[in-house]
Amino acid sequence: MIADALAGSRIAITGSTGFLGTALVERLLRSVPGCELVLLIRPGRRATPQRRFEREILKNDAFGRLRDELGDRFDDEMARRVSAISGDVSKDGLGLDPEGRDVLAGCDVVIHSAATVSFDSPLDASVETNLLGPNRILHVLQEEGVTPHLVAVSTCYVAGNRRGRAAEEFLTESPFHVDVDWRAEVTAAQRARADADTESRAPDALRRFRKEARNELGAAGLPMLAAKTEQLRQRWVDDRMVEVGRARATSLGWPDVYTYSKALGEQALLELRGDVPLTVVRPSIIESALAEPFPGWIRGFRMAEPLIISYAKGELTQFPGNPESVVDVIPVDHVAAAVIAAAAQEPPTAPKVYQVASGSVRPLEYRMLTETVRGWFTEKPLYDSKGHPIVPDEWVFTGSAGLEERLERLVAGIKRLDRGVASLPLRGRQADFNQRLQDRLDLLEQALGYVKIYGAYGRCEALYSITELDALRESLDPADRETFAFDPRAVDWRTYIREVHLPTVVVQARVRQTPGARRGQSREDRLRAQVLHEDRQFAAFDLENTLIASNVVESYSWLATRRLGTADRIRFAAKLAAAGPSMLAQDGRDRTDFLRSFYRRYQDAPVDQLEEDAVELASQLLLLKAFPDGLRRVRAHRRAGHRTVLITGALDVVVDPIRPLFDDVVPARLRRHDDGTFGAALTDVPPTGETRAQVMLEWAAEHDFDPGQGVAYADATSDLPMLEAVGYPVVVNPEVRLAGISEKRGWLVEHWSPSAGSPIPRLPIGPRHRSARRSNA
Amino acid sequence: MTRTPRRGIVLEVDTSTPPILFHHGDSFRMERLPTGSRVVYPNEPLASIDDVDGAIDHALTNPMGDCEPLPALLHSGMKLTIAFDDISLPLPPMQTPDIRGRIIERVLDHAAAAGVDDVEIIAALALHRRMTEDELRHAVGDRVYDAFAPDGLLYNFDAEDPDALTHLGTTDHGEEVVLSKRAVESDLLVYVNINLVALDGGHKSVATGLSPYQALRHHHNVETMRKSRSFMDPDNSELHTKNWRQGRLIQESGLKIFQIETTLNTETFPPPFGFLQKREWEWNLRDRATFSATQAALRPMPWSARRRIFHSIESPYGVTSVQAGEVETVHAETIRQVHRQQLVTVEGQSDVLTMGLPYLGPYNVNSILNPILVSCLGLGYFFNLYKGKPLVREGGVVIMGHPNLPEFHPVHHPSYIDFFEEVLADSTDPEVIEHKYERRYAEDEWYRHLYRTSYAYHGVHPFYMWYWTSHALQHLGGGDHVIVMGGDVEATRRLGFRPASTLRDALEIASDIVGRDPSIVHVKNPPLLMTEVL
Repeated sequence: MIADALAGSRIAITGSTGFLGTALVERLLRSVPGCELVLLIRPGRRATPQRRFEREILKNDAFGRLRDELGDRFDDEMARRVSAISGDVSKDGLGLDPEGRDVLAGCDVVIHSAATVSFDSPLDASVETNLLGPNRILHVLQEEGVTPHLVAVSTCYVAGNRRGRAAEEFLTESPFHVDVDWRAEVTAAQRARADADTESRAPDALRRFRKEARNELGAAGLPMLAAKTEQLRQRWVDDRMVEVGRARATSLGWPDVYTYSKALGEQALLELRGDVPLTVVRPSIIESALAEPFPGWIRGFRMAEPLIISYAKGELTQFPGNPESVVDVIPVDHVAAAVIAAAAQEPPTAPKVYQVASGSVRPLEYRMLTETVRGWFTEKPLYDSKGHPIVPDEWVFTGSAGLEERLERLVAGIKRLDRGVASLPLRGRQADFNQRLQDRLDLLEQALGYVKIYGAYGRCEALYSITELDALRESLDPADRETFAFDPRAVDWRTYIREVHLPTVVVQARVRQTPGARRGQSREDRLRAQVLHEDRQFAAFDLENTLIASNVVESYSWLATRRLGTADRIRFAAKLAAAGPSMLAQDGRDRTDFLRSFYRRYQDAPVDQLEEDAVELASQLLLLKAFPDGLRRVRAHRRAGHRTVLITGALDVVVDPIRPLFDDVVPARLRRHDDGTFGAALTDVPPTGETRAQVMLEWAAEHDFDPGQGVAYADATSDLPMLEAVGYPVVVNPEVRLAGISEKRGWLVEHWSPSAGSPIPRLPIGPRHRSARRSNA
Repeated sequence: MTRTPRRGIVLEVDTSTPPILFHHGDSFRMERLPTGSRVVYPNEPLASIDDVDGAIDHALTNPMGDCEPLPALLHSGMKLTIAFDDISLPLPPMQTPDIRGRIIERVLDHAAAAGVDDVEIIAALALHRRMTEDELRHAVGDRVYDAFAPDGLLYNFDAEDPDALTHLGTTDHGEEVVLSKRAVESDLLVYVNINLVALDGGHKSVATGLSPYQALRHHHNVETMRKSRSFMDPDNSELHTKNWRQGRLIQESGLKIFQIETTLNTETFPPPFGFLQKREWEWNLRDRATFSATQAALRPMPWSARRRIFHSIESPYGVTSVQAGEVETVHAETIRQVHRQQLVTVEGQSDVLTMGLPYLGPYNVNSILNPILVSCLGLGYFFNLYKGKPLVREGGVVIMGHPNLPEFHPVHHPSYIDFFEEVLADSTDPEVIEHKYERRYAEDEWYRHLYRTSYAYHGVHPFYMWYWTSHALQHLGGGDHVIVMGGDVEATRRLGFRPASTLRDALEIASDIVGRDPSIVHVKNPPLLMTEVL
């Protein structure tokens, strides 16, 4: 009996926070009551391995059944039977401390299920985890002089892109084997990283990253630009490594870098194993549980799910592949059971391989899968945001090559369009168009990813034999065969898809399965409630395009034309219009410089006259262009007891008429001459960009406010420093770039517009002052 | 005038009746009313006074009631204040010269002759928005404006300037009387009114026009409005009773008021809108062509463009009377003149009252008739234009046609926007609203600031508009007895009313209250009419 065989043994497990790992831990704790577990868990930035075990493993719904069974004893049992220690397979010596080494050395079985399962990892990352990871385990065991049974989880797909039967044997034994020196691959992968890094630091490359950072952030200030540039460089290096990895894997006949590194990992294990007894278990595509711990249990969003959901949402209608081909899927509980059964065997003298796959005995045809999925979503459709059901389309099969090419072209086209749109001065709902474009791009890229993966897997029409697995099952006690079921023949695919898998998928994906309008609070409502919560202490506002759809140039134009005659007004407006583009360009580069040079235009203007005219400016331009929702928000903050401050690059005279809206106002100020006219210079650095953040923080410090309890409203990427300085940033009518950034960070985005019907003047020209009327009459 | 103007009639719709023109905001609709419906048409415009200046002079020198002629009240060294009705009157604004300007010029002539040099002129706007320079010029004329405004002697009343108000006392019913300090300190206050409807004038001119919130709240409230049946009929209006008490207290305080009231005929629409003055079956070929052309021209226009066209209409009113002297005596004559022009007799009430609401009410001159003002125009003004009893029976239904767009003028109506978004989203019950929100809006610093320095109606003003509807809402039995035909659905629901796209749909919706075969009455207003329901 398995439970007896493993009773009293200590089993070490890597990768226990993963999908299969969690299933293994749960299964062992529930079905093998006599064993103890040692989990090698990578410490998180803030969480110890023990904390991660409690939070990421025990809290998982897989443990509901065990909790029920153990009742009050659950916590004690877990504490007694499980020790979580610091361990990281991507580090030499597994990152174990001496104590950890001792614990590992004391284990009877080591199950290695840690892997980088992403198909698109950078080459060196895959190599580190999938190839060198198992080596490191062997190395530690050998250093410690122990020989526990090592059960390594691999994948069927190490067999590579091929047709026909793939036996349960090591690749070196296979007639299709391509002789590759894994050591050379490791060196090459590490060198490739170094090369890519060097390339990324070339002056041209750095200039490119910097330009890209500026495109993305706009005038956000130096520190942010620098950080972004470095981030882009690192991302470029990673992307390069992904590309290099994919190319290398394909060149050797593997569908992707995952299978490539796994295959080489097996090879290394075989070569280095020494006296350590080795069993390799190769599952095919692991999907939700058939029965244990409950039907449909799944952890994370797996490979096929996004595809299914995209289809059910009507977003994807074309799929690569041949409808007659076989999709080799295996429920996670089967894999866990097989691993445990293998671990319970006498440690083998010669390395063993078991494949856990369904294709050779219980094939699931692609067509059957798609028809079942379609049928199910026809009966139980998803609903769109308006509460209307989405009728799933016919699932269209295409050759992956053609589709891939089409998608590539589409993606490239949208990227070009996106760059074009990003450079346009769009805002608010218009910028939403760009967001939709971005969403579409994401979707297409996701689809392209699936197509690449599934295309590759589709080409890999191997049938994985399970002769050894069958023999293992046959050797089990009949009771074990039931408890640790892993016979793929037992799966009825239609039932599995309809009653087990899809119900889980829609729950995991949190998609709408009910008609009618959405009930309850939306995400925006929740964020708004947080922003206005009484615990907040202050709210800082930008003015232009945050509360008012206007800018310093318009105000200036209005004020300057107010006392001019008709001919002069036209001449003036024409001149300003001509200067507009260069002014805007300057504004985009550096707002502070722009304001400094722009405000020189006010030189020698009489202060009292401007003050008088500014009152009219407020009524005849600013308030007409104000966002009523924005003004109401300022007032809501004040009612909630928050102190409000307007921090603006607009001139003090211009904002004076709306000063009572706020508790405090920090505007730009021009020097005033003794004769009552304005000077050319500003008294301080105008509060925009980084300065705005600084001004806000100083202001908050004066009032003893905690920026973490502050709210900031702004509309431009140049305001990122201010938005990032508070706990509750709110982005108003963002331009394209900022819309993207706030979407990523989950910030509250408000779309505010001037009052519907507001008679906004077409040109910012002030109606003539009566003094100008008289002189013109 | 070659023929005597015809009295208004009540037409009973039969199969030969043409479709009836409904005003519909900045547009029109032709609606076929069910057979048997009654349509109330206004009286035709009365003959106007040919020699208006002569009539003014006659009124100033032959005052009514216990009052000396104006010249006798003027002497050098005195303080003279002239107050006049603001932009809310008349509707639409009258073609120049505005009667107010003509009267003020005559008063100033008399003052100059008497050697009066301390003169101030105040737009008596209470809690309305300040008038712009252009609007002031239109009302008083360029000559008066240029002579007074640059020196700050012609200005808008400021009900929120604590230094410019005087507390005169409290009536025996507890109503506070607070008035413009300049008016109170004057030796003579001349008030120049345009009495467009029976609501206007009398003691209301001064006691309301030059008063702040503190005084107005005593009658601008739900209870008073519900007891005013109607507020267009001073004898049966609690609003007027309270105003009159305040007015008498002002008189007793020693402030000398010389009240000048004027009435206009209903020459409302100039060409090319002349067809609006006529009954549909009397439209000639040209009227039909103009109407079709107007419709065709308006149809493709955005609302903003239509609005500009409609708001450019200035009415060619004729003046029908000018009377001056002691407030109550003058006003009695004024009301007689208003009734002479506007009163139409109707037999009995109906189950359903329909109306086509025009683009304009007292509070959106050069502005936007937002949904709150739409409610007030229909259920406040039009519903209350009755003497005796309402046109619609208790528990009946009102169907009013208007686009009812959720559009607001952000400078004129800032507190309306918040009232719509915040208050009405919470409740449409006037009493709840009054209790829960009025004070906060009335004393809000930002609204106060906008009222004083910009061109905003006072923060509390949307509440008054909603209270104006409270008699109608109570009489009908709630907002679900009000159907807005052809209006924005969301905005209509926000008001607590029911939306319908056509008259047929509206009657269908009404049928669950008034049955399948209700009696229907339609008022063809404007031109203005007031019904006396027997």
